[in-house]
Amino acid sequence: MATKNVMIVGVGGQGSLLASKLLGRLLVDEGFDVKVSEVHGMSQRGGSVVTYVRFGDRVYSPVIEEGEADFIVSFEKIEAARYIRDLKKDGTVIVNTQQIDPMPVIIGNEKYPENVLDEMKDKGVHVDAIDALSLADEAGSAKACNIVLMGRLAKYFDIPYEKWEAAIEKIVKPNFIEINKKAFSLGYNN
Amino acid sequence: MSYTGVNAGMVICVADDPGMHSSQNEQDSRHYAIAAKVPMLEPADSQEALDFAKIAYELSEQYDTPVFIKMCTRVAHSQSIVEKGERTEVTKEYVKNPRKYIMAPANAIARHPFVEERTAKLAGYAETSPLNRIEEGSGEYDFGIITSSTSYQYVKEVFGEKVSVLKLGMVNPLPVKLIKDFAAKAGKVYVIEELDPIIETHCKNIGVDVVGKEKFSLLGEFSQKTIADAFGLEKKENVCLDTAVPVRPPMMCAGCPHRGMYYVLAKNKLTVLGDIGCYTLGSMPPLNALDMTLCMGASVSGLHGYNKAGKDETENKTVCVIGDSTFMHSGVTGLINIAYNQSNSTVIILDNSITGMTGHQQNPTTGKNIKGDPAGKVDLESLCRSVGINSVRVVDPYDLEQCERVVKEELAKNEPSVIISRRPCVLLKYVKPKKPLHVDPEKCRGCKKCMKFGCPAISFRDGHAVVDNTLCIGCGVCASLCPFGAFESEVE
Repeated sequence: MATKNVMIVGVGGQGSLLASKLLGRLLVDEGFDVKVSEVHGMSQRGGSVVTYVRFGDRVYSPVIEEGEADFIVSFEKIEAARYIRDLKKDGTVIVNTQQIDPMPVIIGNEKYPENVLDEMKDKGVHVDAIDALSLADEAGSAKACNIVLMGRLAKYFDIPYEKWEAAIEKIVKPNFIEINKKAFSLGYNN
Repeated sequence: MSYTGVNAGMVICVADDPGMHSSQNEQDSRHYAIAAKVPMLEPADSQEALDFAKIAYELSEQYDTPVFIKMCTRVAHSQSIVEKGERTEVTKEYVKNPRKYIMAPANAIARHPFVEERTAKLAGYAETSPLNRIEEGSGEYDFGIITSSTSYQYVKEVFGEKVSVLKLGMVNPLPVKLIKDFAAKAGKVYVIEELDPIIETHCKNIGVDVVGKEKFSLLGEFSQKTIADAFGLEKKENVCLDTAVPVRPPMMCAGCPHRGMYYVLAKNKLTVLGDIGCYTLGSMPPLNALDMTLCMGASVSGLHGYNKAGKDETENKTVCVIGDSTFMHSGVTGLINIAYNQSNSTVIILDNSITGMTGHQQNPTTGKNIKGDPAGKVDLESLCRSVGINSVRVVDPYDLEQCERVVKEELAKNEPSVIISRRPCVLLKYVKPKKPLHVDPEKCRGCKKCMKFGCPAISFRDGHAVVDNTLCIGCGVCASLCPFGAFESEVE
């Protein structure tokens, strides 16, 4: 199988590392060669973060470059736009409609671009937008946004639902398994 | 250590950061291995990191030398599948051997020939070691590539089996015959290595004509795209938007105790010499509170030099800021210098009771060791007094009025002083957040004074400030800033 590429992008503190860990674990269990790579450093302090997950028969590079991503899973609206150049021509963007103002917007130097999702659609990108924050709240914790989005990503994968749940059980702390399973199902079914 | 050798395995792991994701320079550590005449191995993925570590220990024992393992960002920060092996325990007796371990000149002179012989033996090992391997290509391209580390992965990503590759896992010392044989078969040879032309220079020194830095940059990190572009391969189709997306730089968290002190320093237009930690983010807008940041400890030693040179011109309007952990690492030596050589300097220790930026490691001021077990605790106030600082004050950075008063008082004094700005990092588990504040839109006049504070939980919408209740931890500093009392806290 040719290598498939998933980018998980968002704002530091939103839990993209846990999401990539979940996906990585699942794909290893499914027998793929997998590389998961991130750069956090300073960016865990509310900065833009990106994690690459690549899987296939044999994965070489740990990074995803322009025009290579099959999926971009974005935890925040404009973060999807920031990395759109990395999406394949026929790739899919799964995006949380939540708006988190970056500092240049907070201090009034720049405007938050409201219409980036429409512009993506106009340019032929398949955009799957969901209000993951509300669904996470419904599941019992705003912090489960990351797992809601993984639930939505799962719809595009040919891997049985139970396998995803099993991976959640392996990755998430015992106290939070039920909330995260619910978050996953809300992302998957809505 | 290169001269003394070791009496058991010694492996030093270093990581370079091409692209400077969280570093302040793009140094190439291979130079250190060459300078120290110590072997260096360079893994290209997680499996090699494990395998090479074991080989490194074996080489260390066998050749009586420290061994470097050189990582880079993309190897250190990527995870791939690893087959674990059996752990081998090795024990060795300590044997007293002064001529080997006391590096006085007479002994060191006798050890230098050993170092040169060892390097020659290791160069021989490099010729046949499994660390260096040739992967024959299918012959689709009429050139060969010599590469190492993550650049190898990019080469394979682009060319797969279509090109012959000499993958070097040992980058010091480098092989001679292996490279000559590879080049003789491959014809034209490209060297693809991040940062400096170490392999390239070696090839040219041994008479092998290669193309390296004239095609591949000295700057930044590579990727499959770097290589595809350099060889003029077809670009991958993608989508670009016309809308510009505002940058999202990292910033201090909502409720971060550093912010209060920075607000006071910026408000008073002080010159601030900074250091390495979360608090380097005080340099960002809107606070723009820092004038300089170089390396760990440089804030304190820099302030001493600055005030020695500037005297009356600088002493009363310049401070330095350094975190508790960084102060323990390399700030205290600068403070001893300030006390001993008497510069009229004001040092602010931003004590958030943890090492924040790198992920909450304990440090000697926290009373716990790196594993979280009880440990000796350095008392910062006593430490500062004991090195000869007579004026040591403690402030709460949530109390802006107190901070401003104490900073002004200490700057006015004609002696060195230390201000400890103390409040634990809000991300520590024992710091319990209070209820978020909210803005009364009737009271908010839209003056934007709170926006100058740079708290990520406060934004400005429809003419007045709003608080993001998912971020706000209820520190309440914004309430003390607001001239109209618009920030209100819920009754707990």
